[in-house]
Amino acid sequence: MRKEIRITGFGGQGIVLAGYILGKAASVYDQKSATLVQSYGPEARGSACAAQVVIATDKIHYPYVRHQEILAAMSQEGYDSHSGKLEPGGTLLYDRDLVEIIERPPSAALLAGVPATRTAEKLGRRMAANIVMLGFLVGCTRIVKKDAMREAVRTSVPPGTEEFNLTALERGFTYAREAMREHKQTQAKESG
Amino acid sequence: MSPSRTDSATRNASPTAPPAAERTALRHPKDLLLREDRLPHIWCPTCGIGTCVASFIEAIAETGIPEEKFAVISGIGCTGRVAGYVKLDSFHTTHGRAIPYATGLHLAHPEMKVVVFSGDGDLVAIGGNHLIHAARRNLDITIICVNNFIYGMTGGQLAPTTPHTARTTTSPKGNWEYPFNVPHLVASCGATYVARWTSLHVRRMRQAMREAILKRGFSLVEIIAPCSTLYARKNRLGTGYDLMKFYHDNCEVRHGADTKELDIEFQQKIAVGKFVDVEKPTFLDRIGAGRKK
Amino acid sequence: MSAKHAVLTGEHFMNGDVAAAEGGLAAGCTFFGGYPITPATEVAERMSERLPEVDGIYIQMEDEIASMCAILGAAWGGAKSMTSTSGPGFSLMMENLGLGFMTETPCVLVNVQRGGPSTGLPTLVGQQDIMQARWGSHGDYEVIALAPNSPQECFDLTIEAFNLSEQYRMPVLVMTDEVIGHMTEKVVIPPPEQIRLTPRRYTRRPPAEYVPFATGQDLVPEMIKFGEGYRVHITGLTHDERGYPVINATEQAKLVRRLVDKVRRNAERILRVEEDGTDGAEVVIVCYGITSRVAQMALELARRKRKRVGLMRLVTVWPFPEARIRELARQVRGFVVPEINLGQIVYEVERCAAGQARTLLVPHAGGDVHPPEAILRAIEEVLS
Repeated sequence: MRKEIRITGFGGQGIVLAGYILGKAASVYDQKSATLVQSYGPEARGSACAAQVVIATDKIHYPYVRHQEILAAMSQEGYDSHSGKLEPGGTLLYDRDLVEIIERPPSAALLAGVPATRTAEKLGRRMAANIVMLGFLVGCTRIVKKDAMREAVRTSVPPGTEEFNLTALERGFTYAREAMREHKQTQAKESG
Repeated sequence: MSPSRTDSATRNASPTAPPAAERTALRHPKDLLLREDRLPHIWCPTCGIGTCVASFIEAIAETGIPEEKFAVISGIGCTGRVAGYVKLDSFHTTHGRAIPYATGLHLAHPEMKVVVFSGDGDLVAIGGNHLIHAARRNLDITIICVNNFIYGMTGGQLAPTTPHTARTTTSPKGNWEYPFNVPHLVASCGATYVARWTSLHVRRMRQAMREAILKRGFSLVEIIAPCSTLYARKNRLGTGYDLMKFYHDNCEVRHGADTKELDIEFQQKIAVGKFVDVEKPTFLDRIGAGRKK
Repeated sequence: MSAKHAVLTGEHFMNGDVAAAEGGLAAGCTFFGGYPITPATEVAERMSERLPEVDGIYIQMEDEIASMCAILGAAWGGAKSMTSTSGPGFSLMMENLGLGFMTETPCVLVNVQRGGPSTGLPTLVGQQDIMQARWGSHGDYEVIALAPNSPQECFDLTIEAFNLSEQYRMPVLVMTDEVIGHMTEKVVIPPPEQIRLTPRRYTRRPPAEYVPFATGQDLVPEMIKFGEGYRVHITGLTHDERGYPVINATEQAKLVRRLVDKVRRNAERILRVEEDGTDGAEVVIVCYGITSRVAQMALELARRKRKRVGLMRLVTVWPFPEARIRELARQVRGFVVPEINLGQIVYEVERCAAGQARTLLVPHAGGDVHPPEAILRAIEEVLS
């Protein structure tokens, strides 16, 4: 198994941290291999920003995303520049508050939005939008175990913010359950 | 060479040298701190560096600190050779880099007294950046800067200390640059001890070296020294003796003088003395304070 | 020093730069002199945070020249010392790296390579300093340079670099690159007792019997620490066994030959390569660093097309595995050498192949990694 994930957004949203937590969950807490490469340079400070995470059951050699199976977009720019590259049958997740979908990309087998930023704001810290998105991503794709995610979040966020971030993660899981239920119903309708 | 050395060590000694025991009997007290097996030295007759080394050896003895706790670090140039003649742990580094080397040694081994002994070209030109940063950090090291106003080893070229209008092989019509005022340079960067003497002032120089070594913090002693072979000859100033006579007649002791006023003009009065002697936490003191936080 | 904090035993998710810093700490490094430069800055940042925890010293020097000098000075003060840099800083360190070889000073220099020449591509990858690592300082010498291809190896090989630097008493280079430096993966740090460390080869002789640069069979002199009464003189000038400058052809030949021979004679012991399917291969890819991971993908693509392709990864780029390349040259049709430069290690391969097998460079100017297909095409070309 090799899964290639891209998380995009803009500098300051914690995109790289999201990639870090996901990779850590897979490799340190879920017996898988994971490689994170990040866009580096001016784009990590204010404008477009991306984290590429590869998760596999065996050794990862090539570290970059070549077959983008999962895209999590937390900015319009990130969505616009990467949604067209989604592999057929891929998963496209987005922050409903920040990304407007004009037309469903044909390759997306699953297209689902989450109010990540609004949820984080309601919880009290906008900074946790990335964690909500992570919960949503893992809930929808099951690429790593939820407990591994909880552990990775707990050990990666600033001390004192663990509980808060775990709550954000759980909200993401909840939204994912709703989204997947909806998705299954739609699928059932389509096939029926 | 000490008489206790065994065959493995003595086999390297010059075959013409007299037996160790015989030489010990003839020994000058200062020779104990010199690598006799490296003598004669390379310095010209009437060069001022030898006097500086002699004063330094006496200053070391006066500090009462065990000799094995001293390290002498030199760069490149005539004064850069000092490290090779003193019988102490010594390092002859690359051009201009004695201070960063000393920085590493001092920080890794703070019990050592690290003395950088080098020339004006080495310390103030190519090594100038290291000089100001070591002063800024207030590293507990001592710099002895022998200033002969010229590049000696390479044959008499312009130095950053060459006085205005003085001739060198690369300022054949006279130097039109502004020279560095070394005490002012380091004082403005935070040095805690700054003095200037000439190689004529052997007692004062020794005392300044001792004070500098014992100073907790960045200390610098500038020694104005004659280069008769190049500087005196290029500028028709006579011999080394004439330069020493010039120091005798033209040095003004001005302890505590404002370092701004210590510029050296060609063949004008030279202000000497102790200009800075202040207390300030050192780099290592501040690291310690930082760690407690 | 607290060994407990020096070795962060456990499983971590960390980038290559941080892992190199942790490798240094696990090897017992207590002094880091550095200067910020992308993409090596994270090594210095990690050290500035971690060294105070183990009572070590981090100092940000005024430039890379000073950084290199400071780690040499610290080594003679008894510390295991280290610096890190990238292209422009590596150039600035060259003169005093040479002083390190000449004075036989153990220390470690990590170069996180970026694209050059000059300021080049500060944030993007290159493998263009490989020949500079070998020949960058003036004069004759031999180097040891390791090329990690993962954060785990940044950790492991930095320890190895420290061990080799102590074993052969010389600066050792860790030649990583921007992708590896900034890539984050799992790094397993073993407990301290499982980390093999080579101690500094201090003399047991008393000062009167100690000759600083006298050596035995292995050509490596015993070391001392400043301040212990040995009163040694260390110089960058050509020197005799006593350490005294001797400026003549005889001493030059004696000293420089020994500095070179202590590595050359031990080359087979020092060098490390990893081979995958080289037995029976018609083409062997020779690669190092990040490019080895891209080449691995090309290898898989080629094998899917039933090509008999093997891969040799240089874990030590220097010394170069001359004998093994010569041997393979008699068995294969050709070598494919992908590097993120316009031809450096390929000349070594070509030299050793000596016309017995074709050698094909897959050049890449830097900024990103090769497309695996470019390597595949080169394999097919050699086979056509």
